Amino acid sequence: MQRRGRRNGAATVLLRGIRMDAFITSLPGAAAQGIIWGIMAIGVYITYKILDVADLTVDDSFGTGGAVMVVCMTSGMNIWLSMLVAFLAGCLAGLLTGILHTKFGIPAILAGILTQLALYSVNLRIMSGMANMPLSVMKYNLLLSLRKIPKSILVAGIFVVVLIALLYWFFGTELGHSLRATGCNQAMARANGINTERNKILGLILSNGIVALAGSLITQYQGFADINMGRGAIVIGLAAVIIGEVVFGKIFKNFALRLFGVVCGGVIYYVVITLVLSLGLNANDMKLFSALVVAVFLGIPYWKKQLQQKNLGRKGEANDAGN
Amino acid sequence: MLEIKNICKTFHPGTINEKKALKGVNLTLEDGDFVTVIGGNGAGKSTLLNMVAGVHTADAGQILLDGIDVTHLSEHKRAKYLGRVFQDPMMGTAADMWIEENLALAARRGQRRTLRWAITKKEREEFREMLKPLGLGLENRLSTKVGLLSGGQRQALTLLMAAMKKPKLLLLDEHTAALDPKTAATVLELSDKFIEEGKLTAMMVTHNMKDAIAHGNRLIMMHEGQIILDIRGEEKKKLTVEELLEAFTKASGAEFANDRALLSK
Ligand SMILES: Nc1ncnc2c1ncn2[C@@H]1O[C@H](COP(=O)(O)OP(=O)(O)OP(=O)(O)O)[C@@H](O)[C@H]1O
Ligand SMILES: [Mg+2]
Repeated sequence: MQRRGRRNGAATVLLRGIRMDAFITSLPGAAAQGIIWGIMAIGVYITYKILDVADLTVDDSFGTGGAVMVVCMTSGMNIWLSMLVAFLAGCLAGLLTGILHTKFGIPAILAGILTQLALYSVNLRIMSGMANMPLSVMKYNLLLSLRKIPKSILVAGIFVVVLIALLYWFFGTELGHSLRATGCNQAMARANGINTERNKILGLILSNGIVALAGSLITQYQGFADINMGRGAIVIGLAAVIIGEVVFGKIFKNFALRLFGVVCGGVIYYVVITLVLSLGLNANDMKLFSALVVAVFLGIPYWKKQLQQKNLGRKGEANDAGN
Repeated sequence: MLEIKNICKTFHPGTINEKKALKGVNLTLEDGDFVTVIGGNGAGKSTLLNMVAGVHTADAGQILLDGIDVTHLSEHKRAKYLGRVFQDPMMGTAADMWIEENLALAARRGQRRTLRWAITKKEREEFREMLKPLGLGLENRLSTKVGLLSGGQRQALTLLMAAMKKPKLLLLDEHTAALDPKTAATVLELSDKFIEEGKLTAMMVTHNMKDAIAHGNRLIMMHEGQIILDIRGEEKKKLTVEELLEAFTKASGAEFANDRALLSK
C-alpha cells in the first residue's frame, strides 16, 4: 500500500503547512507518473481521437496489465517477456470489446463497460483472488521504481519515444490510413473497400494493449498491482488527451508531435494534481476534481460553437449593434 | 454488366412503419450503359442504388455484377467493383484527412491494406496530374485537409476517387443536388467526362428531368418501388420533359404534382 501511504504523507505535510516544499519535492514523482499515464493516454487517443469510439475497457485493462505483470514476474518470467504478456493480455481485452461491439451489435460504450466488468473478475483470478499483490524492487530487477525516480523518468521516456515512433510508422501505412478513415467517415471507408468492423476491432486491440503495457509500467513503478489501480483511467486518459490538445494543439500538427503532446498532457495533469493536493485539496476529493476538470474541458469546444452560432444569428439580424 | 433480378426490400417489416421500398425490380445494364434514374420522393431510387452497393441486404432476388453474384457480399467487399458518389458532399471523403490521403485510400479500393507506406512518391505525382483536369487548383493543395474544401470541391474529389480505379459500375445518387446551380453543372460535366473517358457503366439518380434527358443513353423512371419506364437509344434522345410527364401519368396512373421532380433548374 505504498501509494496510499504516499497520499497520506502528502496530506500530513499539508497540515504542517510546508506546502511549496512538498510540491517541489514531489514534482519528479509527478513527472514520472505523468509520463507513464501519458503512455496509457496514447492508448485512449487511438480509440477516442482516431477511431472516434469512447472505450471504457481501459479502466480495467490497465489493471489487467498490472496483474499479469506481477504474476509473470513472481513466477520467474523475464521482465521483457512479462511486459509482452501484459501487452497481449490487454490486446485480448480490446478484442473482446471489439467483438461485443461489432459482432453483438452492442454500442461501444456499453461493450467497454461489459468487458470492464468481466475484467474485474478476470484480474482477481489472475491475482489468485488477492486485491493487491506486491512486486518489490528489492526482490526483482525492475525497470522503474519509486525509489529511483530519475531512472524511471528516463525509462518511461524511452518507452514513449519508441512507442510514438512505432505508431507514427503504423498510422502512415495503408492499414493505418484505413483505420483513420474508419474513425473519420465509415460510409466513405466502406465505399472504398475498407472493412470498418475489422478496423474497429484492430484499433481496440492496439489501444488496450498499450493501456495494459502502461499498467505493467505503473505496477513496476509503484511496486504493486491493485484491483482498483485503473479506476478512472479513462478520465485521466481523456484529461491528458484534452490538455495535450489545448496546450499544444496549435504548435504540434504532426502526428508524432501530437502523440507527444498527449504524453505532455499526462505530465501536466499529474503536476496540477500534485499542486492542488499540496494546496490543500483532500486526496479523497481528487477524482471529483478530475471529473470536473475533464467535463469542463470537454464542454469548452461545444460552448464555443454555441456561442459562435448565437453570434452569427445576431449578426444576421439587421441593426443589431450589440454584438 | 449489371443484372438486377426481382430485387425486393421492405424496411421495418411487420411493424406499423413497414415500408415496401422495392417491389421486385428487374434491370439489366449493358457494358457502357449510362442510365439516368428519376422518380418522386420515396420512389426507391436511393434504395435501389444502396442495394447494388450492399448498404442494405436484399429480402429476395439476385444481383450480378459482370456475372459475379454479389447479392450476399458485404458492402466493403463489393466496393472492389463499384465507384460511389453520394448526395451529401460530406459523405464521400474523410474530412480529417488530406486530399492526397483520400486519393490514396481510393487508389487501394479492392486491395488488401498492407503495412506498406500509404502513399508513394510516384502516386503523389499521379494524383497531381489527375487533379489538374478538375480545374479547381487542388493539384497544389495535396496536403490540405479535405474538410476545408467547399461542397463542390469535395464532390469533384469524390467523383475522381470513385472513377480513378475504373469501377465496373459507377453509382451517382443525386450527387449534384446539394450544390449551387453553377457548381452542379461543373460536377455534372465532370461526371460525363469521367464516364466517357473511362468507358464506365453508370447509374445516376437525379431530380432534374432536363439533366436526366440530356445525359446518358438510357433513362428509367421509378414509382413506388418499381421501374415504370425504361427509355433508351434514339427514343431517349428525342425525349422532352412534357413527354416524360405524360408517360409518367400514363404508367403510374398518378399525377406528378407537387413533386420535386417537376422542378427543372
Ligand atoms: N434505411 C431505411 N430505413 C427505413 N426506411 C427507409 C430506409 N431507406 C429508405 N427508406 C424508405 O424507403 C422508401 C424509399 O426511399 P428511397 O430513399 O429509396 O427513395 P428515393 O427514391 O431515393 O427518394 P428521394 O428522392 O427522396 O431521395 C421511402 O419511403 C423511405 O422512407
Ligand atoms: Mg434518394
